[in-house]
Amino acid sequence: MKKRKKRLSLQNKRMLAGYLFILPWLIGFLVFYVRSLVMTGEFAFSTLTFDTQNGGYTLASAGWDNFLYAFREHGTFKQILTSSVIDMLVDVPLITFFSLFMAMLLNKKFPGRAVVRAIFFLPVILSAGAITDAIEMSMKMMQGGVSGQVAETAAGATSSLAFDVDYLISMFLNLGLPASLLDYIAAAVARINDIIAMSGVQIIIFIAALQSIPSSMYEVAKIEGATGYETFWKVTFPMVMPHIITNVVYTIVDKFAESEVVTLAHEVAFDQYNYGLSSVFSLVSTVVTCVILVVVCGFIQKKTFYYN
Amino acid sequence: MNAKLEKLKNISHDPYQMKLLLNNIKKFCLTVLQIAILIGVSYVILSPVIGMFVSSISSDKDAFNPMVFVFPQFPTLERYRLAILRMDYWRTIGKDLLYTLSLTLIQVLVCSMVGYGFARFQFPFKKLLFACVVVMIVIPSHTIMLPLYLAFRQFDPLGIMTAITGGPINLMGSPWPMYVMSFLGCGVRAGLYIYIFNQFFRGLPKEIEEAAFVDGAGVWYTYFRIMLVNAMPAVITVTVFSIVWQFNDTFYSNLFLISGDVVISKKIATLQSVIANEDKILSVTIQELYLNAGIILVLLPIVIIYLLLQRYFIEGVERSGIVG
Repeated sequence: MKKRKKRLSLQNKRMLAGYLFILPWLIGFLVFYVRSLVMTGEFAFSTLTFDTQNGGYTLASAGWDNFLYAFREHGTFKQILTSSVIDMLVDVPLITFFSLFMAMLLNKKFPGRAVVRAIFFLPVILSAGAITDAIEMSMKMMQGGVSGQVAETAAGATSSLAFDVDYLISMFLNLGLPASLLDYIAAAVARINDIIAMSGVQIIIFIAALQSIPSSMYEVAKIEGATGYETFWKVTFPMVMPHIITNVVYTIVDKFAESEVVTLAHEVAFDQYNYGLSSVFSLVSTVVTCVILVVVCGFIQKKTFYYN
Repeated sequence: MNAKLEKLKNISHDPYQMKLLLNNIKKFCLTVLQIAILIGVSYVILSPVIGMFVSSISSDKDAFNPMVFVFPQFPTLERYRLAILRMDYWRTIGKDLLYTLSLTLIQVLVCSMVGYGFARFQFPFKKLLFACVVVMIVIPSHTIMLPLYLAFRQFDPLGIMTAITGGPINLMGSPWPMYVMSFLGCGVRAGLYIYIFNQFFRGLPKEIEEAAFVDGAGVWYTYFRIMLVNAMPAVITVTVFSIVWQFNDTFYSNLFLISGDVVISKKIATLQSVIANEDKILSVTIQELYLNAGIILVLLPIVIIYLLLQRYFIEGVERSGIVG
């Protein structure tokens, strides 16, 4: 007797609906990410010859050759990888603290706040891809020549006009501050443009975080007689701690996506047609990013205080 | 005058008033410092824009005149005329906006659907699958660029293309790869959008949905007519992010060799050399004026869209789930 059709329970129905909702993404993830990652792994261990006529390709197993080549023989890979990593490690704390600081300023009420906030989102528009590419491209095309000279004169002019930083540094050195710290700060100040350009999204995330702190906490701190300094370290900082992770992850990923390693991998693949080597570069840099992410996040997570 | 001095004397004698005065001075100094920092940073952000704008309206004479600073003596719109002509601006920007906005629409729809699925339904492997979303955010897109290139170079899903045309087709050079990827929830930074939507839907009260359910609304009806409407702040947030990042994206448009007629970011990259070659303008300084005009033209639509949406946007972000 199969007259009575088996009906789905509500729970199963909801389960199916859930799968239906995520279905497009699931297919996309399997097709574009899982498959691609497997393929990238495969490429890394083989030599790939691309058939430009029909668009096909053939793989020849190459064992660890690509890896050995990348690490032992390739001229710039190791250097670029280390410099990218160091760059990132230097920039992440700077960007995080700068954006937290700016978010605290922007979170206060003052006339014209909307305009200033709009200005602070501009770098997200300006620094992304297209525009920087255009400027870089024109630089590349016109390298040497007049523009080089102009840039040089301009640089010379600013350095002679600008405030003498060396004097300040030597003054602080005489005060007994560690030289490495001073170097770090001086480098940060010199790159204030880049840092501002890279902290647009982070500032927005921090503003949102600051607004989610219940104001009653500040009231309590005030009544108990806490100074502004204490309030920051005992209330604001712990409360935005979870968002610091979000920001650090975003910054690391963002920095790596725009690092020299990516450019190198792209060049090797599409200018030199060495797909195996390019895959090695991609894989190695991804593994390095993931390791850094896990280590950094694990470290911050340990110190993080969760309100809920 | 004397009265004022008298007042000051009184204050200096009264410890309470003294403290008040000091506090006020401190507050004033802090405010000035804050304003100075804000103006300074805003200047750092705005100065390249101002510089570009100024050089885009200055004439040849101004370009070589060292006395000209910020305000050109003989402003001209010639730069814009030629830049518009050489970039085929109106056609290209129209196509690019169509491309960007349609992709944004797809992204918002698909990502909100997926986010809703993760936020409101219980199914096996949910945690694992959501971890995959996080992996998607974390993996730099360059890691998978080669297989992506190959996949669309010989586009043949499940052998359908072979069945129809007798072989895999080459989608390189057309915008279709981007549409396919966005439709399957893997577009530009789709992982981040799914994450935002998930956090936001989780924050919405369950009662709205239950009420709809009791009144006889189906799952899809609830999603489209009730949840999506309630999630407006998240929708605005994702829309702005998506428009800005899609419009500025050069990674995917380079990878898929999308033609310069569709994405203006490619035209702007070659504008300077095009003008140098076609109009025989040999001075690099003058060429750069045209490039600056081109950059302003490219930025303009996105800035306008951003200004229109930014009010909702800043409010939206504060309430949406991006903060984790």
